[in-house]
Amino acid sequence: MTNKTDPSGDVRLTGIAKTYGAFTAVHPLDLTVPQGSFFALLGASGCGKTTTLRMIAGLEEPTRGTVHLGDQDVTALPPYKRPVNTVFQSYALFPHLNIFENVAFGLRRRGLKSVKKQVEEMLDLVQLGEQARKKPHQLSGGQQQRVAVARALINHPKVLLLDEPLGALDLKLRRQMQLELKRIQTEVGITFVHVTHDQEEAMTMADTVAVMNAGRVEQLGSPADLYENPRTTFVANFLGTSNFIEAEVDSKNGDEVVLKAGGGKLVLPASRCSAPAGTGGRVLVGVRPEKISLTHADDAGEIPVGRNRITGKIADSSFIGVSTQYVVDSPVCSDFEVYAQNIDRDPRLVPGAEVVLHWNPAHTFGLDAAQDADAGVEEAA
Amino acid sequence: MTTLTESPPPLAPEAPEPKPPKRRGRWTPYWLLLPGILWLLVFFALPMIYQASTSVQTGSLEEGYKVTWHFATYWDALSAYWPQFVRSVLYAGTATLLCLLLGYPLAYLIAFRAGRWRNLIMILVIAPFFTSFLIRTLAWKTILADGGPVVGALDTLHVLDVTSWLGLTAGDRVLATPLAVICGLTYNFLPFMILPLYTSLERIDGRLHEAAGDLYARPWTTFRKVTFPLSMPGVVSGTLLTFIPAAGDYVNADLLGSTDTRMVGNTIQTQFLRVLDYPTAAALSFILMAAILLMVTLYIRRSGTEDLV
Repeated sequence: MTNKTDPSGDVRLTGIAKTYGAFTAVHPLDLTVPQGSFFALLGASGCGKTTTLRMIAGLEEPTRGTVHLGDQDVTALPPYKRPVNTVFQSYALFPHLNIFENVAFGLRRRGLKSVKKQVEEMLDLVQLGEQARKKPHQLSGGQQQRVAVARALINHPKVLLLDEPLGALDLKLRRQMQLELKRIQTEVGITFVHVTHDQEEAMTMADTVAVMNAGRVEQLGSPADLYENPRTTFVANFLGTSNFIEAEVDSKNGDEVVLKAGGGKLVLPASRCSAPAGTGGRVLVGVRPEKISLTHADDAGEIPVGRNRITGKIADSSFIGVSTQYVVDSPVCSDFEVYAQNIDRDPRLVPGAEVVLHWNPAHTFGLDAAQDADAGVEEAA
Repeated sequence: MTTLTESPPPLAPEAPEPKPPKRRGRWTPYWLLLPGILWLLVFFALPMIYQASTSVQTGSLEEGYKVTWHFATYWDALSAYWPQFVRSVLYAGTATLLCLLLGYPLAYLIAFRAGRWRNLIMILVIAPFFTSFLIRTLAWKTILADGGPVVGALDTLHVLDVTSWLGLTAGDRVLATPLAVICGLTYNFLPFMILPLYTSLERIDGRLHEAAGDLYARPWTTFRKVTFPLSMPGVVSGTLLTFIPAAGDYVNADLLGSTDTRMVGNTIQTQFLRVLDYPTAAALSFILMAAILLMVTLYIRRSGTEDLV
């Protein structure tokens, strides 16, 4: 995160909330997006991420709370007086104007007379110099998307808001545009606030991600932090896949929490446990599928000491090229997912084989067992 | 008319034996077109040809009319009745403008602001059609009657002074003046303006308004630069649907006007039904048609609607 000294591009939301009648779209929310950062609001549809973005743009009036851009309170300003611009979902390009006039729209509204040079430079930046005289419907989806970005960026907003800007593009183009947007952001140094439901997109592009669920921010952090150390089952399931084991706290041993699960013992670093870890407390022990190693039960003696281990039986395996995905039936968890890199494949690891699953305790995370272990599974799919 | 003449979807005779189905398929589109062609022939082409031949006939009612290719009728009709032509264009043009000024805000309201009242307001717009055109116009005779509340109010507000100065009214009368005719035309053709306007406004994506606002356009600028240009197809079809029938109308001028407000429609009606001078009436009809066609072509060229999506 490039936290520069000039705070004029900071976006500060204070206690901002939005209700529609009895329905609360966004619960009171405090959020600060530092100047120059690429910030993503990630969540399933209807989680309040777009409403939050629209409140920053001024297209939606917050029920409570304030929006600050830098030191300026913009809560009461209409959209046309805010120094922010939006790249809309499905672009909202003006169909009666050509590409040049679409891009020049904002400049002309601010009374600039000679816009030619600026517009041409901006069209070159998004590689659309040739298309200036065409109408939006004559361009492909990816080109329209770049026009939408150019039309917003040319105004040098303090903050650029992106509302699912890549949703309408096919996968290959989306990947390309993700890198393109990241490049543009680095080049112009403007604060980007990006709304998406695609966790991979958020992780690729953003340097800070806020995961939203049911109108609240579940967790905020860098992509790696969110992935490696989720604090709720929703985040754990929405970002990638997680395995959960219900366990009981046995003892606390310095920096380590020792847990009992189905007769065995599991170890969890205290710093990675977001649940209260008093003796007898219940904790959901989580581990990502790719952190786990599979060893055939006959070779169990070769597993190094100090690793968490669980026994089970392979229920299913699917070979997908770079890795093999196993589903393991274990007494503590019925379908434990394991992704094994295809380096040296053990031919004995076939459905029905008795295996030991083991992993480094440092890769374990502990969550409050009071939550639904499947939260966020549906939305991520 | 056009819906009937549209060519049917091409048949796809991809049968296992290619030859026989192909021969049958070749004529099918024409068979399907036949009802439309017949309709056009009987109800459009034949009357037109008949009118055209009538317009170049000479003779009298007693001796009968004969085709003598007497094109001078056109010139005679035009030089005798040009004031009626000018009046038609002026009245119809003013009524069209008034319809646009009254209809646009209403269509805008229905399209963007009416919410759950949308259907109700639409029904109210169409409601006058449930009564006969004639009765509605006669009702205006009562509304604008001399000494009635409307005329009294206009007089008190000194509106009549202004309209008298403009030559639209005479003294303290509204009935039997150009103003009454224009009001009648405006009233009767207003729904034809509102419906196409509404249709084209309703198609505008609301996010375009948000995008314009986001790009520093104030609400009025958004209207001028985004909403109005995008509603041009509705403006063009609305003005045509109002102007064309209004220019040929004679009921409003007949019931609400006087001999000084006669429009070309009145003249055609009189020539056909009272004077029984069929060639002049037919020639007048063709001149009116040609004039409207010319004006409409120029108008569409100018407004450049073919450029819009």
